[in-house]
Formats: sequence, C-alpha cells, structure tokens
Amino acid sequence: MDTVLFIIFATVAVVCAFNLVLQKHPISSALSLIGVMGSLAVLYLLLGAEFIAMAQVIVYGGAVMVLFVFVIMLLNAGSEKSSSKSWFANVAGIPLLLAFVALLGFLIRSVLPPMRAVEFGSWVGGKAEQIGQMLFTEYLLPFEVVSVLILIAILGAVVLAQKEID
Amino acid sequence: MNFFLVSLLKIAIVFAVFMSTLAYLQWIERKVLGHIQSRTGPLRVGPHGLLQPTADVIKLLTKEDLLPPFVNRFFYLLAPFIAVSLSLIAISIIPFGPEINIFGVRTYMQISDLNVGILFVLAISSISVYGVALAGWSSNNKYSLLGSLRSSAQMISYELTLTLAIVSPLLLNNHLSFREISDSQAGFYLGFIPRWNIFQMPFPQIFAFLFFMIAGFAETNRVPFDLPEAENELVAGFHTEYSSMKFACFFMSEYANMVTITCVATLLFLGGWHPLLPGVIANLVGPVVFLLVAAVLFYHALQPARKRDRFTFPIFGLAFLVLAIIFAIPPFWPVLTPLFWFVSKVGILLFVYIWVRGTLPRFRYDQLMHFAWTFLFPCALVNLLATAFFVAVFGK
Repeated sequence: MDTVLFIIFATVAVVCAFNLVLQKHPISSALSLIGVMGSLAVLYLLLGAEFIAMAQVIVYGGAVMVLFVFVIMLLNAGSEKSSSKSWFANVAGIPLLLAFVALLGFLIRSVLPPMRAVEFGSWVGGKAEQIGQMLFTEYLLPFEVVSVLILIAILGAVVLAQKEID
Repeated sequence: MNFFLVSLLKIAIVFAVFMSTLAYLQWIERKVLGHIQSRTGPLRVGPHGLLQPTADVIKLLTKEDLLPPFVNRFFYLLAPFIAVSLSLIAISIIPFGPEINIFGVRTYMQISDLNVGILFVLAISSISVYGVALAGWSSNNKYSLLGSLRSSAQMISYELTLTLAIVSPLLLNNHLSFREISDSQAGFYLGFIPRWNIFQMPFPQIFAFLFFMIAGFAETNRVPFDLPEAENELVAGFHTEYSSMKFACFFMSEYANMVTITCVATLLFLGGWHPLLPGVIANLVGPVVFLLVAAVLFYHALQPARKRDRFTFPIFGLAFLVLAIIFAIPPFWPVLTPLFWFVSKVGILLFVYIWVRGTLPRFRYDQLMHFAWTFLFPCALVNLLATAFFVAVFGK
C-alpha cells in the first residue's frame, strides 16, 4: 500500500516538475509547481511526518504559490515566446544536462556515508510535539536567527513599498 | 475489514447528511432573509417552499451548460472542480460526538481523526483560494478577473487573522487533534460554568472567538465581506461566466465552507459536543426544545392563517413530537445528546451568518483591507500574546 502510494505520488511529482519547465504559460507552470509541492507533502506523510506535510501545504502550496499566482494574474503575463534558438543549446543541452545529473549523483553517493533504506511509517519524530521540542531546545539559535532574517526581509519590503508610494 | 466497513458506512452517512444540509441551508437562508425583510421567502414549491431545494437542483442539472468562447478551457473546467472538492473534503475530520457503542461496535462519530486536524483545515482553506483565482483568470472577463483578484487578496489578508485566532485556544488545550481539543473542554467551573474555550481559565478566548468569526466571514466570501461577488460592481464576480452545474459547484462550495467554518468554531471555542448545562439536565434540553416547537406548531394549526396550514402544521408538529420522544429515551442519550448539542451550536452560528447577511451592508474594498491589517490583525496578535503570557504565568 505504502509502496504503491509512493510510486504514484513520486511519478506525479516528477511529471509535474517536467511540466513546470515545458509549459509555455506562467500560470500553467505555477500550477505544476503546486502539484510538485502537493505530492511532496504526500511523500512526507508516507514517511510519518504529518506536521511537515501540513506545513508544506500551508506554507508552499498555500502562501507562497498564491502570491506567485496573484502576481502573474496582476501583471497579466502572457505566454512565453521562445527566442531564436541557438544551435549550441539545441545540440549540447540534453547531453550536458545528463552529464551534470550523473556527476551530481556520483558526488552525492561518494561524499555522503552509506545509509539504511527508508521504511515507510517507521519514524515517529514527525509529530508537532517533537518538532516543537527540537526547535526550542537543540535548534534554538538557528531558529531565532531565521526569525530575525525574516523580520529584516519584511522591513525591507515595507521600506521599498514606502518609496513607491511617496 | 471491520474498519473499512465502518468507515464506508460513516462516509455514506456524513455525505448524505452534509449534502442535504447544504441544500436545505439555502432554503433556510432564503426563508430567514425573507422574514428579516418582511417577505415570505420561497412558498410555492411544496408546503412552505420545502421542496424548493429539489426544484433548484433539477433546474441547475438540466440547464444548458455553456462553454464561453476565448476561455482557457482546461483551467476554466478545473476551477469549479477544485473549489467544490476542497470544500467538501474538510468535513472528513470534523468530530460530531464522542466515542460511541452501536451494536457492540465501538467507533468515533468522525470519519477520521488526524493528529494534525486543525492544520489540515488550514491547509485546505489556504489551497481553496486557487478555485476562485483560476475561475476568474480563465474566464477571460475583466469582471471575473477583478473579482478573483479581490478574493485572493482578501483571503490572504484574513487568513493571518484566522490563524492567529486559532493559535490562542490551542495554547490552552495543547492539542492539534479536534477530538482532543474538544475533550479538554469537558467539565464545569463551580458546577455550572462550562469549561469551553470562550470561558476557559486562565484567559477566556472570547475575543479570539470574535476574531475567528469575523475572519471566517471574509474567508467564506459572505456579507459584509462579499466583495469578490459584489453584484452592483462586478456583475457576479469570479463566477460571472459559469452556468449550470459549474455555477452550482461554486454555490455549493460557499455553503460547504460556511458549514465547515462553523463546525471548526464550535469545536475550538464552544466546547464541541459538550453541553452547556451540567448533569442530567443536558440530556433533557433536546426533548424540551422539540416539545416546545411541537406545541407552537399545534397552536398555530388551531388558528390557521391559510387553509393548508390546518393540514401541514399538525404533520410537522407530530414529527417534532416523535423527535422529542426519541431524544427522551435514556438508552439513546450517549449518542443523541452530544449530537444535539453539536448540531444546535453549529445551527446557531449558521443562523448568525444569515442574520448578519440580512443586517449589515457591504464594506468598501479599501475599508475591508484597512480593517484587516490595521485593526483585526494587531488585535489578534495582542490577544495571542496575552494568552501566552497568562498560560505561562498561571499555568493550565
């Protein structure tokens, strides 16, 4: 059951990711990205991380992507027009991409230590309680630093908008 | 096997009840609005217009399904599907009562209990913006686009307040699952004040409840925040170009969202299925209310305003009498009493929704945004800080 679900949603994620790049219209691309986020949330659920899955949907699927879609609609962005294709991109694009992916895979395999295979639903650290505990004990400093960073970003946005209005 | 069978049965029951509630909610809304405005509301189809929802469904199903030219076909067809399926899915984690025992099968009155239930509702509500946004954008109509842009901005703004209003009762209850949130509101202070979150010590959540309800009005696009479909400015807003069943999907999703948000408000703030009155009195409120309704109906049947009232009122009176008798039988109490309290709380909140629609005028768009960002959001933030402070100092 878990394996079947994993295969289905992993396929959906990969297909959506390809669709994201291949689609000509920005809205189609944005919606494909939402598909990727949603299937990733299901994969998190399969691993037993309910809180992360819901946070993924709320933050990425909801907040971030709604903003993307909103901006695309507001700017009324039309379909992307492909520029006159360079012969180099046509000929060397796919081989170079494959080489890059192979190199990346090789590096990851050789640098990271060998790990156990993942078992679905065996991990129990994904509940909101455990994540809260970890955030406010072990990872307190990174957590606070990130919140300050976000605050700075918000202030920056306010300052930029202020200039625009005046 | 047993689990699947029980789940299927529960899904069937909840779906049937939910769908008929949606149909009749619209009848109730039209009736209540009518009486608020000194009209009678639907009256022709069936006694007191009771068959009006059936007539509406038949009309919507048999109308011609138009596909306007120059729309973005895929997204135009996808949008109502997203809207209706997301709004129907959220009911699956709402508990209607405690664990019950029917014919030896112990089960919860809930389709499934997620331990992140409240986050699931937030996730669903944050995604459901896409239904409205896509509908407006793909229709290739400037009114639709304006409506959907307004709606997206409004939903994003009010979602913040909604989330902040949800977080403060969670601080008191320490749970994310709806069933456990509701169970931690059981019991009474001094024997008569219920421990619902709006009364819960050390910091009663009455303000959070108000913020939640206001933000809920905006999230469901209801008056006074129904800017996305303001008909005197935008024709019909984001669903201008939709007809037949596709329009009905948006209509249904609005009512489904309304029911879901009142259920969540009941579970978070009004103690879920836990009664207002202590002890055995809680079991007797249901029968007494039904008896009163039956008595009023019989009284009106004696002095009929119209000829057919002599016939219809006694029938409804008898129905309520039977309900009163069923609710008064003690072996049924463990199932029916929680259900009665849950449904009556949700019903009262739904009535408030309709009441507000009949009473308040629509906001202007800048007023709406100004209200959300400069008043509601800071207030909800202060309420959250105060709750956190009191919980930290005085404990639970």
